[in-house]
Amino acid sequence: MNSALVPLPIVIPLLAAALAVIFVRFHIVQRAIALSALIGSVGVSIALLVQVEEHDVVKMDAGGWAAPLGITYVVDRLSAIMLVTSSLMLLIVLIYAIGQRGVEDNHLAFDAVYLVLAAGVAASFVTGDMFNLFVAFEMMLAASFVLLTLGGRADQVRGGMTYVVISLVASAMFITALALLYASTGTINMADLAQRIPELSSGVRTGFSLLLILVFGVKAGLFPLFFWLPDSYPTAPGPVTAIFAGLLTKVGVYAIIRTQTLLFPPDSQQGTVLLIIGGLTMAVGALGALAQDDLKRLLSFHIVGQIGFMIFGLGLFTVAGISAVVFYIVQTILVKTNLFLVAGLIDRHTGSSRISRVGGVVRSAPIIAVFFAVPALSLAGLPPSSGFAGKFALINAGVMSSQWAIVTVALIVSLLTLFSMTKIWAGVFWGEPESATPLAEGRTNGGPPLMVLATGLTVALSISFVVFAGPMFELAERAGDDLMNPSAYINAVLGGGGS
Amino acid sequence: MSVLLAFTAATLFSLGTWLLLQRRLTRIVIGIGLIGHGTNILLITSGGGGGIPPVIGKGDKGDFADPLPQALALTAIVITFGVTAFLLAMAYRSWQLTHDDVVADDREDRLIAASRRTDSDVADVEAAERAHITDSSGDEEDQL
Repeated sequence: MNSALVPLPIVIPLLAAALAVIFVRFHIVQRAIALSALIGSVGVSIALLVQVEEHDVVKMDAGGWAAPLGITYVVDRLSAIMLVTSSLMLLIVLIYAIGQRGVEDNHLAFDAVYLVLAAGVAASFVTGDMFNLFVAFEMMLAASFVLLTLGGRADQVRGGMTYVVISLVASAMFITALALLYASTGTINMADLAQRIPELSSGVRTGFSLLLILVFGVKAGLFPLFFWLPDSYPTAPGPVTAIFAGLLTKVGVYAIIRTQTLLFPPDSQQGTVLLIIGGLTMAVGALGALAQDDLKRLLSFHIVGQIGFMIFGLGLFTVAGISAVVFYIVQTILVKTNLFLVAGLIDRHTGSSRISRVGGVVRSAPIIAVFFAVPALSLAGLPPSSGFAGKFALINAGVMSSQWAIVTVALIVSLLTLFSMTKIWAGVFWGEPESATPLAEGRTNGGPPLMVLATGLTVALSISFVVFAGPMFELAERAGDDLMNPSAYINAVLGGGGS
Repeated sequence: MSVLLAFTAATLFSLGTWLLLQRRLTRIVIGIGLIGHGTNILLITSGGGGGIPPVIGKGDKGDFADPLPQALALTAIVITFGVTAFLLAMAYRSWQLTHDDVVADDREDRLIAASRRTDSDVADVEAAERAHITDSSGDEEDQL
């Protein structure tokens, strides 16, 4: 079905970014523009999810040119779920950034660049065309380069440099993959590619499949390609790290899921390779986290670990596995953003994010302890939390496919995750502060009201995610079913302009 | 012709890769530029052989060059240009801060590596760390 709503999640933030540049001298106007644009995106995304539930796939042909020739924007269940989650997180983190009165978050460029980032993320989810996926990635990355180095501090430039260079290398690989794909199939429309790629010889298909995993693996932070992540993310200002941690790597995972399930026929899907990479990514993430002393770095290693879980679910290539991944991604985005927002609160409350230096937060700001406990239990996957539901679904899918090795690794990694969460708890919330700088006085409510409100919102969302886990999982199952049977997607895109 | 182009692209890729592996930022920037050119040539080559200019002029369908890779290459060139400009700005900032254009090691990595050594080593690193923290404390206020 055609829908005029499809391009709006990209158009609204981009227009708002332009407006924010015009009103650069009026900070309050800028903030109002950014807030209303993101509220608008949330609304549009929810409307799209409702439409997708009714029609399976909605699309829009840019300029009225039909699919293989024109540029198509497509939303299916996975895209719609990702759009709703990402736009909600972008809105909440913006509220948090408004509450945090630091120089970097009040930088004149912050709102405009943040909106471009929002547009880039939305564009990656909505596009139905490989080259536009590249452009969307570049839009997102260019915005993230600026946000990461907004303060221009030495550590930001150092971490940012690694991040920019590795991203550019991945982009160059992406263009290479596009050029080769175009040379061998004559199209870059995803639905059209899905029909042409089976005509290629199996060696060439495998090559493309691996090349695309490599390209998106750099962005997602897969096992041999994750080194830039824990170096660069923690240097950014608090809210920026939160949104990077929550969203950017997951956009890479989304691209891997989309290309692997849509473009390649079952015989060239890299199931075993993905399972091995997934297992190694999980293990490295969890083990790397154990050695860290800086709170944000420790959490950054857990980002890597969780990417491993997603790749594990995808590597099974069963409906159960992919449904579990969809459920797990949404859950992780909530939890990860939440944890980094809490890390920001701790940093602000105690003046340091080193676990060995901070202590006794449970007495000085109990609300931060509560906000930390909920997502931490979820990250470790303990029963009443949303993380338990996600991990249970993944491991259940693994058991159903009899992949015992990866299931064992996943369970051990969960235990290690629990261990590093207790390390944070014991170090940060219990004990006496060893810091030379005393705790700020009279801030027992945890920090500025807007920051606490935003963090509270993420906690509330992840709790309601457990409460509504049943319907959410049914939605994820329908999304997984769509992904494993992409013919509806292909027909909707290529099946003429009629609705 | 396309053999020549393929050879050019391969040379650009290999030179770019070699430059990327250096520790000087200026070389890395040039390396990124070279790889960018390599990918653009590859994109152009992917459209097949030459022909009369697309859109303008008359002729058989087969006579025209494929316009799509050209459009893609243009987009890619613009993006590479913008990002290279950003890289140069960052290299300049790095030079302003350190008066050197070598990529620095990660402090946190060295701290963790040091934690495997003897206690006195750890004390040294921690002392350096503490000095750094007092230097940069309050950077939220006086930054920029």
